[in-house]
Amino acid sequence: MPTPPTSVPALDRSRLDFYRGLLRQMLVIRRFEEKAAEAYALGKIGGFCHLYIGQEAVAVGSIAALRHDDYLMCSYREHGHALARGMSSRTVMAELFGKATGCSRGKGGSMHIFDASKGFLGGHAIVGGHIPLVTGAAFAIKYRAGDQVAVAYYGEAAVNNGAFHEALNMAALWKLPAIYLCENNRYGMGTALERASAIYDIAQRACSYDMIAETVDGMDVLAVYEATARAVKRAREGHLPTLLEVRTYRFMGHSMSDPIHGHYRTREEVDEQKKKDPIPALFHRLEAAGLMTQADYDALDAHVLAEVDAAVKFADESPEPDADQLYADVYSA
Amino acid sequence: MPILTYRDALNQALREEMERDPNVFLMGEEVGVYQGAYKVSRGLLESFGEKRVVDTPITELGFAGVGVGAAMVGLRPVIEFMTWNFALLALDQIINSAAKMLYMSGGQVPIPIVFRGPGGAARQLGAQHSQAFESWYAHIPGLKVVTPATPADAKGLLKSAIRDNNPVIFLEGEMLYNMKGEVPEGEHLVPLGLADVKREGSDVTIICHSKTVIPCEKAATALAEQHGVSAEVIDLRSIRPLDTETILASVRKTNRCVIVEEGWPFCGVGAQVVDEIQRVAFDDLDAPVIRVTGADVPMPYNKALERATKPNVDSIIEAVKTVSYMD
Repeated sequence: MPTPPTSVPALDRSRLDFYRGLLRQMLVIRRFEEKAAEAYALGKIGGFCHLYIGQEAVAVGSIAALRHDDYLMCSYREHGHALARGMSSRTVMAELFGKATGCSRGKGGSMHIFDASKGFLGGHAIVGGHIPLVTGAAFAIKYRAGDQVAVAYYGEAAVNNGAFHEALNMAALWKLPAIYLCENNRYGMGTALERASAIYDIAQRACSYDMIAETVDGMDVLAVYEATARAVKRAREGHLPTLLEVRTYRFMGHSMSDPIHGHYRTREEVDEQKKKDPIPALFHRLEAAGLMTQADYDALDAHVLAEVDAAVKFADESPEPDADQLYADVYSA
Repeated sequence: MPILTYRDALNQALREEMERDPNVFLMGEEVGVYQGAYKVSRGLLESFGEKRVVDTPITELGFAGVGVGAAMVGLRPVIEFMTWNFALLALDQIINSAAKMLYMSGGQVPIPIVFRGPGGAARQLGAQHSQAFESWYAHIPGLKVVTPATPADAKGLLKSAIRDNNPVIFLEGEMLYNMKGEVPEGEHLVPLGLADVKREGSDVTIICHSKTVIPCEKAATALAEQHGVSAEVIDLRSIRPLDTETILASVRKTNRCVIVEEGWPFCGVGAQVVDEIQRVAFDDLDAPVIRVTGADVPMPYNKALERATKPNVDSIIEAVKTVSYMD
């Protein structure tokens, strides 16, 4: 994979709290997902469970560039985005456990995390299906003459389906404030990008819609932040959509039912990619700049682990949904 | 009371609801500049502008999704499909997004949207353009399904559908657009889920919806005049929610029932109605319920073959005679 043409932004010492916040969020996601894997193995979490380990910098860096009233929609690999958006690890974990205290009251599960109060409008479980929904949210923003932004997160496999094409065409045609953030982790389940797409560089797809595109190093949380901030500015100020291709890598299997490397990639490849792990990458930059010590990091990690342990305990001890909830919320009053 | 066509009654409903609520907008293929493929949206672009009458590319999946996404954040879209045949491309958005969003979000995200357009067969449009999809959508929890048969109901049901906080599948009759009838002015609302007894009778219940209401009413007249049979004709108007109360009250009175629909027989609307009747009113029946449906084939082009697929006055009369043990 060629190196994306993005430069590494220099650290700004006055923004230490911001950097620490990004590191903390990435750590929360990492530890949360590790605990989710454990809980899955114990049968506490059912169904499909797609972990975000390796891709943390994408959600964290991009969501840091958004405003509280912006809209986000994700694919089914969305625990990380929910946490980065500020949803509590307790309510997300409880949803994975299918409990009444879950963000979707136990009726959504791992693939359908929602918090409308935070503009977090779902995990969606049909590949590419939510991309037109984001175009619709962006349409509504412009309809109301607002200055919010709507963001779609999806994997690179989604760009080959019609929903992606239709949604981006309309967003460009109508100049809608949307960001189509492609998390290119190189594999749609077990099918490598080059085995599924006639074009390797996803960003080139934007040419079809005369849309601005950027390719970003998704293992660098600050690069993701900067690129998203540029896209947000275009959307807010000019109602212009952007296609962001963020190159990342999934360290785990496609879902909990898959082995880490499987038949479609080698252990060596996974090990090589792990050297770019976004969490140590940010920490080492902060350390090298004298902004953080190993002791600081260990303390932060311990704090995060305690939070995630508490989330698991909360989820485990929470009640199941009442039986009468079965027929609730099929229709709105 | 003013006489309007079914088409203009729909137009009036759209106009009134767009005037009432700035969150209502119309989107679809050819709804604006072209004035609507079937002219339902005639004049709306001139009245409401491009912001609220939005022409789309030919991209049913895409603009259905745009509508659902806009509804997720508070708008009230009316999405026009040029015909429901094309909406097959949008099924993922209708079923996986619109119908389920409220439930899978734990009640957080309602989808107030109307998907509307002509359904059913017209004349010699062939297999891909001649389909009645009521039962497909009625199968899905989370959707409401409405099938107006008259200009007054077209207006009253569309206004109610636009105000409903759920996704409503609004199937207009392609052959009904020119039909004329009295339409109340202004605030005329027909509640979703309420059938209409078109004609009272005591010997047999004929249940129908959409354009089969017309042959059923003609059959009822002929039955009374030629056979001395008093038929009660019920227009379901809504397929989901289904007005089982009106259906059961009628069957308990007449003890006989024929169900007529344009769609295919297998897993059709009538199959559901039969289930409701036999489960609750089995002991009230004097004969098995009979269904008159479209033929179980893709629609042929040939005029005579096409005619043979559709329920008609004669086939409805024959069914009534069968459940009445006549002949």
